Amino acid sequence: MSTRTNKPIRAIAALTAVGALTLAACSSDPDTENSSPEPVTSPAVDDAAIAEAMSTPTTIDFWTWVPDIQNEVDLFEAEYPDITVNVQNVGQGGEHYTKVRTALEAGDGGPDVMQMEYQYVSSFVLTNSLLNLKEYGADGVQDQFVPWVWSQVSDDAHVWAIPQDSGPVGTLYREDIFAEAGLDGSPETWAEFASAAQQVKEETGSYITNFASNEPGAFLSLLWQAGASPFSFDGSETLGISLNNDRSKEVVAYWQDLVQNDLVGVDPDFTDTWYQGLANGTYASWQTAAWGPLFLQGTAADTSGLWRAAPLPQWDASAPSAGNWGGSSTAVLANTDAPIAASEFAKWLNTNAESTEMFANEQFLFPTRTEILESPEFTSDELEFYGGQRVNEVFAEISATVDSDFQWLPIADYVFGSFNETIGAAIAERGDLLAGLDEWQADVVEYATAQGFTVVES
Amino acid sequence: MTISAQKAAQQGRRTSLARGRSRTAYLLLTPFILVFLAMLVVPLVYSGYLSMFKRTLVGGETFVGLQNIISVFTDQRFLEGVGRMTVFFVVQVPIMLGLALFIALALDSGRVRAARASRLAVFIPYAVPGVVATLMWGYLYGPDFSPIAQAFKAVGLTPPDLLSSNLILASMMNIVTWEFVGYNMIIMFAALRTIPLESLEAAQIDGAGQIRTALSIKIPAIRQAIMLTLIFSVIGTFQLFNEPSLLSKIAPNVIGTSYTPNLYAYSLAFVNQDPNYAAAVAFVLGALIMTVSYVVQLRGRRKVSA
Repeated sequence: MSTRTNKPIRAIAALTAVGALTLAACSSDPDTENSSPEPVTSPAVDDAAIAEAMSTPTTIDFWTWVPDIQNEVDLFEAEYPDITVNVQNVGQGGEHYTKVRTALEAGDGGPDVMQMEYQYVSSFVLTNSLLNLKEYGADGVQDQFVPWVWSQVSDDAHVWAIPQDSGPVGTLYREDIFAEAGLDGSPETWAEFASAAQQVKEETGSYITNFASNEPGAFLSLLWQAGASPFSFDGSETLGISLNNDRSKEVVAYWQDLVQNDLVGVDPDFTDTWYQGLANGTYASWQTAAWGPLFLQGTAADTSGLWRAAPLPQWDASAPSAGNWGGSSTAVLANTDAPIAASEFAKWLNTNAESTEMFANEQFLFPTRTEILESPEFTSDELEFYGGQRVNEVFAEISATVDSDFQWLPIADYVFGSFNETIGAAIAERGDLLAGLDEWQADVVEYATAQGFTVVES
Repeated sequence: MTISAQKAAQQGRRTSLARGRSRTAYLLLTPFILVFLAMLVVPLVYSGYLSMFKRTLVGGETFVGLQNIISVFTDQRFLEGVGRMTVFFVVQVPIMLGLALFIALALDSGRVRAARASRLAVFIPYAVPGVVATLMWGYLYGPDFSPIAQAFKAVGLTPPDLLSSNLILASMMNIVTWEFVGYNMIIMFAALRTIPLESLEAAQIDGAGQIRTALSIKIPAIRQAIMLTLIFSVIGTFQLFNEPSLLSKIAPNVIGTSYTPNLYAYSLAFVNQDPNYAAAVAFVLGALIMTVSYVVQLRGRRKVSA
C-alpha cells in the first residue's frame, strides 16, 4: 500500500524540482526588461518626421470601451489612409487595466493606444508605461482644453494622455418633490441643503438624496469640491495621503449629521434598490457627474419632465466650486512601435472638430474642449426629460468651476476598494463616519507603506 | 538446477510481458500525463515559485523564501475568511447533504409519483450556471422590491434584510444549498441503484420497513458515495468565490474583498497587484483543503472498518 502511493508522489516531486528550475531560468528575462525602462530621449519631433510617419503604412492597436468609437476612428482613417487603427474592446473598468498590465508584464500583445480614466494615469506613470506626449507636440493642443482637465493628465514636464471626456459634478433633482416640500429650486449652499433635507423628509417622506455607501468616486468628488485635496504623488516614490485632513473631516461631519438623522438614504448605488429609488421618488436628488443626466433619463423614464439640473450646493456661495467624477482620456503606451502615429492619433481623436463634436452630440461624452463646451449646438440642446432645460449649459458652467489641484494616487484601485470596507461600511450602518474616515486613511497608508512608498501624512 | 532454470526463464518471460504491458499503459496514459503536467503541475510549481518573492510597486522584486507563506498563517483577513468558511461548512454542508440523502432515498423507495420528473426538477438548479443563480437570488434578496420582501409586507411584517451582515452568510448558504442538493442527490441516487436486490429482499423478508431498510441497509451501503459528496463539499466550500463575488455588488459594505479566502486571493492579485502574496494565500488554502479532505476521509474510513 505504502509503496504504491509513494511512487507517484516521488515522481511528482522530481518533476516539480525540474519545473521550478526551468521556470527560474525563464523568468529572469522579463525582469531585466521591466526594471530599466528607457528614459524618453526622443527628440522633439518636427513636421517632416510627422509627415513621414503619417504616410508610412502603420497599424495601431487601440483598446477602448467607448461605444461606437469606430465612427471617429473611421474619420481619422479617411484623413490618414496609410494608418490603420485596430479598435478592440477588452472590457471596461478593472478588466481593461488588468489586461493592459498583463500585456505589459508579458512584454508584448498590448495596445499602442488605450482609453484611460484620470484616476489611473498615475499608476501607469509609476511603472513608466506611458509615452510622454509632450515630446510629441502635445503642448500644441493644451490651450484647446479646459485647464482643470488638462491638469489631470499632465505636470510641468509631461503630458501623459489627451483628455476625451469629463464628469464635472452637479445636482439633478425632482422639481415636483422639492416644490411639495416648499423649496424653490435646488439649495444654493450646503447649509440650506441640510435644512432642505429636513423639510423634504417631513413634507414628502422622501430622502433629499442618497449618500451611496459604495461610491468612492462620488465621495471624493465632494472632497474635491470642498478643496480637501487628500492625495499627492511626486511621480516616483512619495505619496501624500491625508484622507482625514481637517477639511475632509468637516465635509464628513456634515454628512454624518444627515446620515445619522435618517435624512439621506445610504443604499449602494447602481443596484436594483437604487434604480428603483431614483425612479419612484425615494431619493429627491442625485449629486452626479455630467454623464448623469443621460443615464438618469434611461433609468427613470417614467419621471420624464419632473427633473431639473443645477450646480452642487456650495460651501461658499460667493466662490462656486465643483469636483469631477469620471471621464477618461487617450494615452499612448511607451513600448509602442509607432510613437509618432499613435501620438498623432491620440491628439487628432480628441481635438479634431468633427470627431469631438461627434463624441459630444452623438455619444454624449461630456466634452473637455472649450470650443465644444461653448458651441451653441452643444449648449442649446433642450432636454424634455428635464422640462426642456438646457442641461449641457448647466454642466458646462459647472465645468468652469472645477478645481485644478486635485491629484490621484497611483494605487487608486486599492483606495477605492478600501472605501467600501471602512467609511463605506460606516455609512451603510449609519455609524461613525469620522471613525470610518480614519480607518480608510490608516488602511491606505498601511498598504502604500507595504508597497514601498514613502508616505507623507498631513 | 533444471527446475530453477525453468523458473528463471518463466520469470524472465513474465517480466518482459509485464514490461510490455506497462509500456502500453504508459503510452495510453501519455495524453493525460502531458495535460496533467501542463495544466496542473507546471502552474502549481509556478505559483509556488511566485510565492517565494515579494514584489512592491516601489522597489521591485526580492526573494523572501517562505516568508509570504508564513505570514499567511497570521494574516487576520485570511484567518477570518477561513473562519467564515468553517462556519459555512459546519452549518450548510450537513443541511445540504441531509436533504440530498433524504430526496435520494425517497426517490429510490419507489413511492414517489413522477419520479423521473421530480429527479430532474431537483437536479435543474445545478444546471443553472452559478453566476446566473447568484444574480437571480440577489434579486430575490433585495430589501425593497423583491418578491420575498413584498410577501413580508403583504402580511404586515417588516421584511428581514437578507443582505445585512447578520444574514448574508445564511443567504449565501441558501444559494449554495439550492444549487447543489440536486448534484449530490444524483450521486447518492446512482449509488442506491447499485445495492444488490438480494440484500433489500432479505431485509424485506426479515420484516424491515422502508425506514429501517434505509437506515440499516441503504445508508451503510452507499457510505462511499456519501463520503465522496462530503469531500466535494469540503472543496466547494473552501473555494467559494462566485457567490460572494457577485453578491458583493449588491452588498458592497457587507462582503469585503477578503470575505472568503478565494476572493481574498483574487483581490490580492488583481486589485492590490500583488500576485506573489496571492500565490502564497492560494497555496496555503490548497494545503488546508487537502488536509481537511484527508481528515474527513480518514474518519470516514475508520467508521467503515469499525
